[in-house]
Amino acid sequence: MKPSYILLVTALAALSLPFLTAQQQGRIEDKIVGYGTTRIALPDFRAKGAAQPLMATFNETVWNDLADSGILEILPKTSYPLEVPQSPADFRPPVNGQKSGMWLTDWSNAPVNTNYLGIGYIDVNGTDMVLRGSLLNVGLADVKTASMFANNPYFGPVTEDGARKIAHEYAADILKNLNATSLAGTKIYFVSNRTGQTEIWSMDFDGQNQQQMTRHGSITKMPTISPDGRLAAYATMQNSRWEIRVIDTETRRQQAFVTPATSTITTPEFSPDGKKLWFSMVINDSPLQIVRTNVNGGGLERVSQARAIELSARVNPKTGTEVVFISDRNRHQQLYKMNLDGTGIEMLTAGDGDVSNPAWSPDGRQVTFAWNRGFDPGNFNIFVMNVAKRELVQLTHGNGTNENPYWAPDGVHIVYSNRHGNSTQIYSMLANGQRVKQLTSTGNNVQPVWAAKIN
Amino acid sequence: MKRAALVVLMSALVFTAACKKKVPVAVAAPVVNNDPGPVKTTVQPPVLISVPRIDSFTAEPARVERGQSITLRWATTNAETVTLDQGVGTVAANGTRQLFPTGSTTYVLIARNGTMSDTRTVTVDVTAPPPITNTPPPVSEDTAATIKRLTDELQKQDIYFDYDMAEFREDARRALNTDADLLKRIFALDQRVNFVIEGHADERGSAEYNLGLADRRAIVTRDALVQLGVPANRLRTISFGEEAPVCQDANEACWQRNRRAHLSQAQ
Repeated sequence: MKPSYILLVTALAALSLPFLTAQQQGRIEDKIVGYGTTRIALPDFRAKGAAQPLMATFNETVWNDLADSGILEILPKTSYPLEVPQSPADFRPPVNGQKSGMWLTDWSNAPVNTNYLGIGYIDVNGTDMVLRGSLLNVGLADVKTASMFANNPYFGPVTEDGARKIAHEYAADILKNLNATSLAGTKIYFVSNRTGQTEIWSMDFDGQNQQQMTRHGSITKMPTISPDGRLAAYATMQNSRWEIRVIDTETRRQQAFVTPATSTITTPEFSPDGKKLWFSMVINDSPLQIVRTNVNGGGLERVSQARAIELSARVNPKTGTEVVFISDRNRHQQLYKMNLDGTGIEMLTAGDGDVSNPAWSPDGRQVTFAWNRGFDPGNFNIFVMNVAKRELVQLTHGNGTNENPYWAPDGVHIVYSNRHGNSTQIYSMLANGQRVKQLTSTGNNVQPVWAAKIN
Repeated sequence: MKRAALVVLMSALVFTAACKKKVPVAVAAPVVNNDPGPVKTTVQPPVLISVPRIDSFTAEPARVERGQSITLRWATTNAETVTLDQGVGTVAANGTRQLFPTGSTTYVLIARNGTMSDTRTVTVDVTAPPPITNTPPPVSEDTAATIKRLTDELQKQDIYFDYDMAEFREDARRALNTDADLLKRIFALDQRVNFVIEGHADERGSAEYNLGLADRRAIVTRDALVQLGVPANRLRTISFGEEAPVCQDANEACWQRNRRAHLSQAQ
């Protein structure tokens, strides 16, 4: 077991979840984020002259970018050999089975046991510094085939910013070579009250470029984005009635949508094919019932037929046939699953506490949701469930209320909101609960959804 | 009634429009092939243009409530292009189109071929959801003051609920009786005024579920008031969920104040 695992597993064991042993739980989390399948060793890079003081920034930036990707396990530096190559040319193949210098097996064998190795060095040339970066698949037999790229040049000014720039570029090349899905270009839509009104906002995946999308001046909430990223739908209170509005995410122009006559509407969500909008509404004084319409509001179909509040219907993006939703039909709000036509209803959670806000992983295997089991009413935490196996992992543990989890298009990150005291902000994390990052800080911010990049 | 007058006017327009259009088409048709041209050396082949015709253009149903859809259906002959107005644009020679008119609308269908055209219109009468009042006389100043006093009193009498519940406690039943009494007195004094029953929830459940919970609180409150003799057609419900708290602290005293049904005068 690696130290990072041990920490994680110990933390989980201390909370002694009833469903799985801590070890089982650790394994599931590893599978979600791809740990254990791809390991990389990343020794500190060295530099000459004026670049030397910048190396701490450089090394930390590369490490963080790779760790944030969630697809790699970065092996601890304490296990690395004392002699570290700076370029593929530093390796010496064994002669007659005898070591003749640094070799790939120094890294592929115990104690490092890595699949990949990132190495390089930095030179200063006038006011510029130049990184020569390489990536090797050290399990292969010779240096030439092992080199996925060798001595790629990256240029930047000899400043902290320059060090970060070349570090980001080098890390991006590593991730590209390892087929990581990039989040660059994806957007997070959310609800903010920072202007004094509750409106829909958008930001880049890393929290940059926060922009106001709507200006209704009333209560406007619950954004959902079409699978192609082009349309946003949300609920807004207009003239003392809840309505759904659909807008173009780029032009923000309103699209044709006629809300079926009702007083209250909640949780709109596009179907995976983008052709339907699912939401819940009051029908003839019924409790909220799950319905779906065409994306212009026509063709209304009632899906749930229960004397209970039913909402948050989310269609499996992979199969397109399975729907998870929240119902209080057994008094407590729980997570259920059903077919598209409302048949085949099964309860997925254990019946205790309150469950809310389910969202599918892009591969259609996991559902993340908020649950307050074991906590006071309203004190939600984020969970992930493998729907076929019913295996459950708890990702957040107290520290305020954690709600509205939503999967990133890369299947590795989750965005959610955390309320601590009087402040509610949006955070992202890996789907194993690690590498938590705060994305908003102005006003209160809730109900994030992570939208695919527009092609 | 205004609407009746509007319908009569619309029908008259449709009628005159249809009459006007038919005449020039009938006359124009022979003009095209009416070139005598006897002395020319080169003979222009006659350009045969068929007269475009709209065979049918209907709206189904012809009268809907706002928010409902109508289907336009048409059939044309000899048309090169067929256009529908109201922002629809070019359509097929024969077809149907589902639309959601937001008010009474006259749709114009034009079939064209060269310079000739045929036009038909169809009018859809769109009604607002049933109005609650029918223009009663205004009230005197004294009565207005009384209504204001009663309304202020009513606004202090919220109906409170337990956490995640929409059932009435004893204190809620007492408040309901008071509210029903006040509402009946206000309604008797002024025929025009209506009330909205707002459902509210505390912040602890999910915001999405709380819209459903607060809606249930508004509906049970309305039903109870109607049981106590308040006219149903002067009450409407709306759910605010947890979006409009009267108290912002995170403690039970505050949460209790937010778990309520509140009556406010309809705009």
